[in-house]
Amino acid sequence: MHLQDVIWSITLAGIGLIALAFILVIAQSGKRADDEAGARAARTARRMQAWLFGALLVVFAAGSYATLRPFPIFPQHRAIDVPQVVDVVARMWSWQIEPATIRAGSAVEFRVTSGDVNHGFAIYAPDGRIVAQTQAMPGYTNKLVYDFTAPGTYTIQCLEFCGIGHAPMTGQIEVVAPGGE
Amino acid sequence: MAALTLFPPEERLAGGERATFDCYLVTAMALFVLMMVLGLTMRMSQATWVNVDPVLFYKLLSMHGAGMVGTASLATTAVMWFFLRKCVGLHLWAFVGNYVLFMLGALCIIASIFLGGYGALWTFLYPLPILGFGLWSPHAAALFMLGYLLIGVGSLLFYFDAAAAIIKVHGNLGRALGLQWLFGGNIDPGHPKTVVASTMVIIANSLGILAGAVVLVMSLISIFYPQITLDALLAKNLIYWFGHMYINATIYMGVIAVYELLPRYSGKPYPISRPFLWSWAASTLFVIIVFPHHLMIDFAQPRWLTITGQVVSWGAGFPVFVVTMYGALANIYRSGIRWTMPARLMVLSLFGWAAGILPAILDGTIRNNLVLHNTQWVPGHFHFYLLLGVVAMVLALMFHVIGSRAEAAPNSGSDRVGFGLYVIGGLVFVFAFLDAGHLSVARRMATHLPAWTSTDKVGSLGAALVVLGMLYFAFRITGGLLRSPPPRAVSHAGPAGAAG
Repeated sequence: MHLQDVIWSITLAGIGLIALAFILVIAQSGKRADDEAGARAARTARRMQAWLFGALLVVFAAGSYATLRPFPIFPQHRAIDVPQVVDVVARMWSWQIEPATIRAGSAVEFRVTSGDVNHGFAIYAPDGRIVAQTQAMPGYTNKLVYDFTAPGTYTIQCLEFCGIGHAPMTGQIEVVAPGGE
Repeated sequence: MAALTLFPPEERLAGGERATFDCYLVTAMALFVLMMVLGLTMRMSQATWVNVDPVLFYKLLSMHGAGMVGTASLATTAVMWFFLRKCVGLHLWAFVGNYVLFMLGALCIIASIFLGGYGALWTFLYPLPILGFGLWSPHAAALFMLGYLLIGVGSLLFYFDAAAAIIKVHGNLGRALGLQWLFGGNIDPGHPKTVVASTMVIIANSLGILAGAVVLVMSLISIFYPQITLDALLAKNLIYWFGHMYINATIYMGVIAVYELLPRYSGKPYPISRPFLWSWAASTLFVIIVFPHHLMIDFAQPRWLTITGQVVSWGAGFPVFVVTMYGALANIYRSGIRWTMPARLMVLSLFGWAAGILPAILDGTIRNNLVLHNTQWVPGHFHFYLLLGVVAMVLALMFHVIGSRAEAAPNSGSDRVGFGLYVIGGLVFVFAFLDAGHLSVARRMATHLPAWTSTDKVGSLGAALVVLGMLYFAFRITGGLLRSPPPRAVSHAGPAGAAG
């Protein structure tokens, strides 16, 4: 399952819950409560607000821990010990990728920079979904580490607007099976 | 109870105030419709239903982005002014000055795009604006930036006048935010929520605009002295500090309308509370430091900044969900609310804001950003809380104002049809973007792969409905403002009566 599918499911469920809360309240909004019922509802509302705060705090703490450990971006200011290195230079409006053939099953370090303006180095899998990306920025080299699990032709697509040739600014890398040429 | 009077007499406008306020609203509606038509054109072009040359497409995209952000700011400034003037003594010249500078800035931007050919988008990411590759000259880029500077100066003029007026009444900005009540003490029940929200906007957006001014001046120097180059990462940080704050300030200005109007339509008091003050104090800090979530895939960025971007993005959900959305729902629950247009639009705006922030938080998570950044997920979430949130807040005030002039809250059959078109169209439009983002469809592209056009087509249909709804609103509101009978005698509650 793609990460995007997980995010999409969480989004639909979350927005659905929010919509449900609105619908339930709107359905109960037309008839005014008397003073006693109003005071009772206000007390319940305060209790529920505290529970909502607590629940969100748990999600915040657990979610932050789960998504930040291990940190999803490799250290940039020290050497990374990976078996394959690919140098990438973006220029309006093409990619220079050396080497353009890599092996699946072992990590690859992409050293990405730009010769002119900001570009976006996005790797699209053969099924058309993004698997990883970083920015190509003039004056900086971003190190993106990715471990390809499946062989195939992956498309590099610029994802940072860089002028009139932005949309067609694509490239390709061939990922071969472990041990393949 | 005065706060629950639907159309309190101190809100009536006359003379220069009314003319200026009406100019804001009519201009905002006209610009909203025009910018939406540009948006629809671009979506239809991506859907391959119309043919727009890529050169023109990126001009339209630049105009749409700058135009929508600017118009949202113009409209929500009118919201803030409309309510804040009751609490503190604002100067009309500052409100007029902001409008004049906005219009001059808008003219510069329009000229730079459609006469000068500028097409480096509203984010003017250095060094792209300087390298026109024959499509635009450095002077066109400079004119675009001059337009931004004029609009920014206008905003600062308005904010500084408001800051001075708030300090005159409340002593300092901290007391206006209610910081003295965060840890204890009896909260003054008459302390206006409008003052709290306005103070937050003044602090945060002034900083953002100053950051924008720095990078704009640096870019202008680089345009005229190309031997002077900028650090691309520093420029990007400053641009997003400015850009994020400027557009987010529109939400915080717009929501003032909800705080002020919702209790009048629900008939239930919506009192100030300690959680409310905490949420605004936290939001003030969060909105200032959250911008690094725009630079999560700039790996050269210091790690602590990237982590700040995620943690603060998540934290920003607390004030929205726990205080604003929850408080508003509690307010309307069993209230006997009058479901007229302002009430409908306010509830829609809260839904749009709360629902839109969820995909925003998910995108503001580093791990997710690696696969969502610069896909259509991004316009999906920001259109959610801008189109169905901020614009709905502004429309709520507009309908309230034309209701006040007709002395009846608007609720005609055609209003309800317009509302339905807007809501259904808006939901189809934003979910088409989100679905496209989940399928890895890139944003900001004049041409799309054949596999991407199905969501473009659905999005175009949604956008068409939104344009129809908004076109109706524009005529309805403009007509309501122009046709309304002259107001009766005016009396304003001045600063003396503000703090209560």
